[in-house]
Amino acid sequence: MTGLEELGLRNRRAVPLAAVPPEPVERFRQRVIDAVARGWRLVAFFGTPDRGGRTLLLALLAEDDTGALGACATLVGDSYAALTPDCPQAHLFEREIAEQCAVRPEGHPWLKPVRRHPPDHAAATVDRSGFDRERYEFFQIAGEEVHEVAVGPVHAGIIEPGHFRFQAHGEQVLFLEIMLGYQHRGVERLLETEERLRAVLVAESIAGDTVIGHAGACCAAIEALARSRKTPRAQTIRGIALELERLANHIGDLGAIAGDVAYQPAAAYFGRMRGECLNLLMTISGNRYGRGLVRPGGVAFDITPAMASEARDRLTRLREELIPVADLMLGNASVQARLEGVGALSKEKCSELGIVGPPARACAVPRDVRYEHPFGVFRFAHIPVSTAWAGDVLARCLVRRLEILRSLEFVIEQLGGLPGGVPRVECGTLRPAELAVAMTEGWRGEIVHAVVTDDAGAVRRHKVVDPSFHNWSAVAAALPGNQISDFPLCNKSFNLSYAGHDL
Amino acid sequence: MLEFLRARLTQGTRTSPFPEGGAEFPERFRGRPTFDRDRCDGTCSGCLAGPSALVSRAADGSIQLDAGACLFAPEEAAACDNGALAFTQDYRLASRSRSALVSPDGEIELARALDARMRSLFGRSLRLRSVAAGSCNGCEAELVALGNVVFDLARFGVQFVASPRHADGLVITGAVSRNMGSALHRTWEATPEPRLVIAVGACAINGGPFRGSPEVSDGVPDKIPVDLWVPGCPPHPLTVLDGLLRLLGRIEDGRARGS
Repeated sequence: MTGLEELGLRNRRAVPLAAVPPEPVERFRQRVIDAVARGWRLVAFFGTPDRGGRTLLLALLAEDDTGALGACATLVGDSYAALTPDCPQAHLFEREIAEQCAVRPEGHPWLKPVRRHPPDHAAATVDRSGFDRERYEFFQIAGEEVHEVAVGPVHAGIIEPGHFRFQAHGEQVLFLEIMLGYQHRGVERLLETEERLRAVLVAESIAGDTVIGHAGACCAAIEALARSRKTPRAQTIRGIALELERLANHIGDLGAIAGDVAYQPAAAYFGRMRGECLNLLMTISGNRYGRGLVRPGGVAFDITPAMASEARDRLTRLREELIPVADLMLGNASVQARLEGVGALSKEKCSELGIVGPPARACAVPRDVRYEHPFGVFRFAHIPVSTAWAGDVLARCLVRRLEILRSLEFVIEQLGGLPGGVPRVECGTLRPAELAVAMTEGWRGEIVHAVVTDDAGAVRRHKVVDPSFHNWSAVAAALPGNQISDFPLCNKSFNLSYAGHDL
Repeated sequence: MLEFLRARLTQGTRTSPFPEGGAEFPERFRGRPTFDRDRCDGTCSGCLAGPSALVSRAADGSIQLDAGACLFAPEEAAACDNGALAFTQDYRLASRSRSALVSPDGEIELARALDARMRSLFGRSLRLRSVAAGSCNGCEAELVALGNVVFDLARFGVQFVASPRHADGLVITGAVSRNMGSALHRTWEATPEPRLVIAVGACAINGGPFRGSPEVSDGVPDKIPVDLWVPGCPPHPLTVLDGLLRLLGRIEDGRARGS
């Protein structure tokens, strides 16, 4: 027993903050480390300023087998003993805490900036002047014939900005360091300070390809704090939109990977089919990415019977066109040869780093919020978890293909029997001094929105964890041993969000 | 091989006939916002309380619309109880000047073509470099979509290239984050003159949903002169394509009509 289960916290529920009293930092450390050793997973770990210039640290953990969530807290001054040496999953969270809250995790082995911005969740007394955004020291390998390659932030294609620093021996990558933060827009502060509708618009823009995922998690946290209960119809429409978003992106990714290995027919066909899914989202919401659809209390647009039957026809046709192209691409020997064994991630590494989404499932780790922490329509309509085992680029493609087929089946079925009820109900004021955790399985993996309210019921802290936050570590871990020239393909197979990471 | 040929036959040719047709949108599509003065009784200021900077008061106190600041969220139109604010189906939004996006009724002076010299240089071959600077990746996703078989940007002689040194212009997306400011400026400087600058999306125009955050500069800074402004959040690929083709003199007609 870890003592975390007693809290009774589940996905999309709220608990009084008083039920998570701050513990002495040593007990807090031990509790998190023990829980992770017993198979719990760190889903969020963040700080917020508290009385007396101290910082309240909150760790949120998930036990995937039982669907339980746990939370524990501690109060710290300007430093504490880092968890990372005993719990690698905390690595990036603790760097983030150091950057956001100006609290130093002593003994952290890799304490570098995450996004390069002055502290924005620190006590008022913290000195913010003289912050240097350019200060960043790269790890370097010295030796004969070892050379360094720097790429970005402006890349070759239409891609978001990020900087990649390779230490290479000939063509072989010895080490890859990824420096991000170029897309940092101050999202969490905006979510905490803007009024509710504006905050939802910001949530829709955390990652422009994950509008439904982030808006869904953001609204679910708000709804939990307001005790607002959506109708089954609203939940089903949100579920349909979430799977359409997954379809568009997974299909687009298969096309992009085909393009990277110069298999042009699949690149062209999938590129067009991705658009079909976006156009369906536009039919429902008026926007190709589903903006405007998900709102606190439900959805802003209903799906009419005519719309549902047209969408079913279009998706059925899409399925008939898609399966032969997927078979053509993934059955082609030269495509297989190009994808197999590239950018492999081991199952052990995956667990150690807390990797989520398709890259985890491609290592035979059946991690999926829809299954382990089910919410909304996914409590009643189950989508099987899609896995592969090799952990390489091919495995990530196979997981995507399976998920495409299963999401298509799900959406077509759900459109055939939309439950009754109004699309949207009133969502009132937030309960004061509570903590709500909302998780969603976005197309990239687990999205977490954790919201803490103050004594007046205003948002005190809104923590966002995009799956890319976890998974950029997987890209860095998967690349050593590969050739530099395989980096674009490997990177594409993860297709992580820079904006989602940078916030 | 047979499967390959079968797929080719089934898939067919999907290229949009645009600009000769091909611009159909579903009923709920939110295009150019308009303001119907006749439906405004002038007694409330509900529209000013909308979620974006779409509606504001002009110097003389009258209501004005800024399509550049529009987030195309349904609530922006719903902010008026009398139904004076509405989204049309008009996807054409791009303009040559920032001020042409602002009007009393939502009318936009659509982009005029480049002058004869610039058209002789770029009219049939334009190479662009994309720079994302504090974006959400939504606009970039639509720029990528322009390259797919449906929109097929390359048939108009427009291509995205790998380096600013190979480019005739920049396409800037995002609210221009503090962390991307110097990289954006250096990329602009690295683009040989004469060069074009195209600002795509509400963020690049005025900060979009991130407007006011201390971490962004609310759009493309003044020191980088912009030749084409493309509103949207994100703009539909046809909105971008329409703007580009107008800039190159490939589409020519008058103004998008007001309500």
